[in-house]
Amino acid sequence: MPWRLPLRRTRSGTYQLSLSAQHRQLLQALTKQLLAVIAAQPDEPSLRRLAPPAYTSDPRAEQEYRRLMGADLEERRSRALGVLASTAGATELSAEQLDEWLRALNALRLWLGTLLDVSEDEGAEEPEDDWHAAYRFLTALQAYAIDALEGAR
Amino acid sequence: MAPATAAPVEVREPEVTDRTDLLRPWKVIVWNDPVNLMSYVTYVFQKLFGYSREKAHKLMMDVHTKGKAVVASGPREKSELDVFRLHEHGLWATMEQD
Repeated sequence: MPWRLPLRRTRSGTYQLSLSAQHRQLLQALTKQLLAVIAAQPDEPSLRRLAPPAYTSDPRAEQEYRRLMGADLEERRSRALGVLASTAGATELSAEQLDEWLRALNALRLWLGTLLDVSEDEGAEEPEDDWHAAYRFLTALQAYAIDALEGAR
Repeated sequence: MAPATAAPVEVREPEVTDRTDLLRPWKVIVWNDPVNLMSYVTYVFQKLFGYSREKAHKLMMDVHTKGKAVVASGPREKSELDVFRLHEHGLWATMEQD
């Protein structure tokens, strides 16, 4: 199969999705796993970047922010992850779906990046294990998604 | 008539500081982190705040090189919503009063 851009904008404003079956399965598996961790262990340290504090020096205000916004934040994230999981097998995405993808991919990267303790140092040697490979795949796919969306501007 | 000894009345001073506190704008700050892509951060600033590509890119570079940048400011409620939308997009945002 010739290599194609994973995401390409079509003339009708949708986005063509070209991924291998293996990568589609990987997206589904990772999404499922993250949703399972969120449901079972919401206080897991690897999730901390998914809900950073709004107020760092006012615990009461922070508590109030959590109370007001926490559920919404979680619901929107779950929806984005749900869209990613349910459309990972699609050949075409709407602009709205791709927007959900972008945030879902970012949530996955925040989780895995925290879990793997990735650094900003681009020259740093990264282990060649499956988790790091998955993280690199998500990073590349997210970059392609941004390119595709930017091209639409 | 002996003057009534006035019981000391506790006069609550109007809390002037509170008033100015309310008027002081809040700053929405985005912090650098090793995960969020530079292109993604630029994209989110454009999308959420309607900034030009140039302005969004400059703010992203400030976050990247200086560790943080003030990306918006205004009343508390608006700032809280800005922080929420940044959190929704996975950015590391906090708010504080000027």
